[in-house]
Amino acid sequence: MKLLTTNFLKCSVQSCDTSNDNFPLSYSAQSTLARDESIEFNAAFLLKILDRVDWPAVVTVAGELGNSGLPATKPVLSSGDVAQLGDDELALLRDLHVLLVQTTLVEGEMKCRNCGHTYYIKNGIPNLLLPPHLA
Amino acid sequence: MASSKKQYLLYMVQTHPNFRRAELESLADMFGIEVDFCDYDEGSPFCVVELESDEQAQQWIRRSVLTKAVFEFWGRGTTLEEMHEAIRAHPTFEQRKEQFKHSSFKFEFENYRGGKKKDMATKVKQIETFRYVGFEGKIDMKSPEQTYTLIEEYEAPTGKTPAATPLSYLFGRLVQVSDRASMDVYDLKKRPYKGTTSFEAELSLVSANIAQVKPGTLMYDPFAGTGSFLTAGGHYGALVLGSDIDGRMIRGKGANADIGSNFKYYHEASQFLDVLTMDFTHNSLRSDLVIDTILCDPPYGIRESIKVLGAKDPERFAGKENLIIDGEKAFLRKDYIPTKKPYSLDALLDDLLAYSAERLPLGGRLAFWMPTANDENVETIIPLHQNLELKYDCVQEFNKWSRRLLVYINRGDGYNGPTNGGVQRSPSNFRERYFNHFTK
Repeated sequence: MKLLTTNFLKCSVQSCDTSNDNFPLSYSAQSTLARDESIEFNAAFLLKILDRVDWPAVVTVAGELGNSGLPATKPVLSSGDVAQLGDDELALLRDLHVLLVQTTLVEGEMKCRNCGHTYYIKNGIPNLLLPPHLA
Repeated sequence: MASSKKQYLLYMVQTHPNFRRAELESLADMFGIEVDFCDYDEGSPFCVVELESDEQAQQWIRRSVLTKAVFEFWGRGTTLEEMHEAIRAHPTFEQRKEQFKHSSFKFEFENYRGGKKKDMATKVKQIETFRYVGFEGKIDMKSPEQTYTLIEEYEAPTGKTPAATPLSYLFGRLVQVSDRASMDVYDLKKRPYKGTTSFEAELSLVSANIAQVKPGTLMYDPFAGTGSFLTAGGHYGALVLGSDIDGRMIRGKGANADIGSNFKYYHEASQFLDVLTMDFTHNSLRSDLVIDTILCDPPYGIRESIKVLGAKDPERFAGKENLIIDGEKAFLRKDYIPTKKPYSLDALLDDLLAYSAERLPLGGRLAFWMPTANDENVETIIPLHQNLELKYDCVQEFNKWSRRLLVYINRGDGYNGPTNGGVQRSPSNFRERYFNHFTK
């Protein structure tokens, strides 16, 4: 499961939807991380995907997983056109590619900050199924 | 404006006639290309259209799967001579002659419903009839700058014998070959990871085109299975995300035989986000996430009945949440497997439409497949939602049943379209009838 996916996942429990604490889920510091370097960098593609990203959630989750060096606000790029970007900006996008796309959670736990239900990530696949009393 | 437009010839396939025009219209709409389909005939592989430029024709047809190619249209005739007359009589013939006069070129020969391939002597003879055009570039069979194609159209063969003489001759300059070659690349026979529910390459790519999957956008398949539609969406440049209640499909058969490894095999790993073990009806995608396209093949309940999270018999599960195993709550253990209950296809599709109305941007498309039996004297009822416009209903017929690709456009709260949510639409149990070969 890519770090980017943590940015899209809330708690499956429907009653948690009324809470602001159901996203992002809280990730265990003991989670096993890996890096998949085979995924190629595509600046234009990443730039578009970045529009979808909730930055504060990236900061929170990366912090829980041991990376507390991210800026508090979402990086703003000078142009939506990759050809117009400077070297520094491309380097920044490359860093974001490593963080969001190449970093994967192989084994781990994620917990809802509202109801406390725990979900597991096994062999890189998050399991968001619920027991009948929460379904 | 019509005068500044040029004539182009589409050469299409004759399979899936129901889907062909929907694909062409959807791609044209996606690129903002206005096309008049007045010459379009479902029974013919040819269609002449007017477009602004070669670039526009290229943009339009590059992704098409049910088109073979698009040509700058030079002329047509019932005999070769008549075709040459038409070419010469075309108002822009003089310009055409000049434009690529010195470019390297080659001739190609195509035939529709013709018999065996043309021999070299006949080809040379036919090429020589074009002497008057005055091509001065050198002939290059490997990488010519321009390719000119002569297409012969024949009458349908009587029995096994193909017709002897062509019905008509068409000629044009090749502008863009379609994406039909991808059918072979994505052929299930060659795919590293697939399963019994994998969807064939051709129609999954066509589905992605009709759903208008766009580069750099987010596509979601809530019933991902072995990821056939994720693969198609990734091919057209979307970031694709899938989920399935059945974790076995998603896990695959090891690190080199799962959905992710298919993407690596196709060199499209950057398009693949993840697949989640998740019940679509207990959805975990955050509510404010915009999903550009939803493309899927929901469980018909053929191989396995449709299930969602929850207890079929709640009394049996009463109090189970307090069960402790080895000092841990049973439902919080890593190996816990939640129980599931049966659900109807109607309810699942209602949920899918409601979800799409909530998550798609205005103009965003939902496309999914739905099976129906052919022999029932009951009208097939297509699910409808008040915010969604039913744009296409493309049917693929099999012997005793058919399946259809339903395509909806999100028009938002003000649309007030017809709705039939909550209504029982499926006349009978499709699964049971499928296994009884539709005899009951």
